[in-house]
Amino acid sequence: MSDKAKSIVSKKTSGQDERLKEVSKLRLLLNRPELGAVGGAILVFIFFGIVAGDTGMFSAYGTLNFLDVSANLGIIAIAAAMLMIGGEFDLSIGSMIGFAGICIAIPAIYWGWPLWVSIIFAFAMAVLVGYFNGILVVRTGLPSFIVTLAMLFILRGATLAITRLITGRTQVPGLRVLIENDPIAWMFATDTFKWLFTWLGSMNLIALRTDGTPLATGIPPSVIWFIAATLFATWILMKTRYGNWIFASGGDKNGATNVGVPVGRVKISLFIGTAVAATIFATIQVLDAGSADTMRGNLKELEAIAAAVVGGCLLTGGYGSAIGAAFGALIFGTVSMGIFYTDVDTDWFKVFLGAMMLIAVVFNNYIRKRVTESK
Amino acid sequence: MSENLIEFNNISKFFGKVIALKDVTMKLKKGEIMCLLGDNGAGKSTLIKTLAGVHKPDEGEIVIEGEKTVFDSPKDALDMGIGTVYQDLALVPLMSVTRNFFMGREPLKGPPFLKTFDIEKANQIAAERMGQIGIDVRDPSQAVGTMSGGERQCLAISRAIYFGAKVLVLDEPTSALGVHQASMVLKYVVKAASQGLAVILITHNVHHAYPVGNSFTVLNRGKSLGTFNKKDISREELLGMMAGGEELDKLEVELEEMNRINN
Repeated sequence: MSDKAKSIVSKKTSGQDERLKEVSKLRLLLNRPELGAVGGAILVFIFFGIVAGDTGMFSAYGTLNFLDVSANLGIIAIAAAMLMIGGEFDLSIGSMIGFAGICIAIPAIYWGWPLWVSIIFAFAMAVLVGYFNGILVVRTGLPSFIVTLAMLFILRGATLAITRLITGRTQVPGLRVLIENDPIAWMFATDTFKWLFTWLGSMNLIALRTDGTPLATGIPPSVIWFIAATLFATWILMKTRYGNWIFASGGDKNGATNVGVPVGRVKISLFIGTAVAATIFATIQVLDAGSADTMRGNLKELEAIAAAVVGGCLLTGGYGSAIGAAFGALIFGTVSMGIFYTDVDTDWFKVFLGAMMLIAVVFNNYIRKRVTESK
Repeated sequence: MSENLIEFNNISKFFGKVIALKDVTMKLKKGEIMCLLGDNGAGKSTLIKTLAGVHKPDEGEIVIEGEKTVFDSPKDALDMGIGTVYQDLALVPLMSVTRNFFMGREPLKGPPFLKTFDIEKANQIAAERMGQIGIDVRDPSQAVGTMSGGERQCLAISRAIYFGAKVLVLDEPTSALGVHQASMVLKYVVKAASQGLAVILITHNVHHAYPVGNSFTVLNRGKSLGTFNKKDISREELLGMMAGGEELDKLEVELEEMNRINN
């Protein structure tokens, strides 16, 4: 290229680069990963407000009902979201729920362990499973999709085989009587803010049973865990060094390694996180139902990933938010319960679930393009 | 001569029977920009990795500020003030300017065990540092993906300087850039050198190297063809040395031949 040509080109490009890019508040908001899920949740509430506003769905009892379902899913969705931001998948979440359930029930019922020891045992097993998943993915460099798919089958199979071997059945009932006076179980089995509901009932503000006690007795433990998990995960992602490492590990593994981020340890800890979240889910459900079932948590891993994706997590990692996953879970929980209050056949729920995911992925793809490509 | 900030004396590196580098010597003073020129396969990458502590040289010695040094790991090199900016830059496009700037070395605040990422301080430093280069980061929380290639390169260099680099090793900093972007990066490199850093600029683009370099080392097939001061060598001579002048002459003849046939 001649010098003359060079000077012309350089003039042209410099003129382009020096123009001002106006970034409005709205545009910044549009770049947030959780935007889609928050917007979706608002739409869902408007929809059910119109269609089912007078059916009792939004009574205290109805609200707690769909919040409980959302919260349970939310606990695992948030952990799944953090792992996805870190660049990996965990398909063994659902199987881990079943496995954790029998880790609590069999020692407590058949071996005579105190319930709290069984619960701690289940969490210890979760840390082991998570660590194993993590170390396998990090060491072999295999896609976590494959490694945890294998773990999905292994854990579910082991759960079934061990339970049948020890108990001769696939269900382990009889836990309810053990909850009382247990030093730990209350954390997973107690409704809170009962006084508030009693007061609301006495003021005739919420529906009562025939004996005068309120129909909704308190905030279920799942909701408390869910809120705590959302706050904790958001704090980690936004405010801590470890949070920055999670984004870095998922965004560019090699780059992160080059600047000194311990990518392997970050990923292993996130796998432990999903297994522990699955165990929180399992403990709440097992204590609520009073029994463990080998099929508990079946397909929950996919719902958790779906909620995380609707919440703005990219399948390729490095982008997403815990708040988004929480709203994703809220959407699924609300629709799965709300559909009972409408005339729509509940068979259509999964159609909605799939459609929602598709829309979310297309939307998120668009967001990523906006964020990563210079204008 | 201990006034050299860094010396690489007779560095050789072998991979089995392959001689990747043989007797390469480079000496740099503070504020000096040395351009390391070479065609593909000349041994540039091996040399960079040796500088960065990834490879240990099989022969020769590295002398920093008069003291003989051995790098056992990339971290050693980093601690000794050798800041290497690789071609992939180690930047995550989806993360913000600030989060990238401090990736792996986040400033912390707060009580022990509850230390949090001091994002305000980080934002402030990142914006300030980018401002010094002349890149106006209106919002340090904007994603790196929105920045131009030149801006990203400058961000990576600025990060290396902020974290204590005395010797900057830049791997093909202008290779993927347009003219304007490349000149922006080169301007910044000159500025960094004027503040007392030694810069090793690795490139195969003589046109980018010649205006900014103080001295030029040409690598060919693992061997140094020598180090030349700017006043002793012309752009064309460098180009010829790098590619093997004959090859270019041959190309010229072939092109002329083609033109003749086409007409």
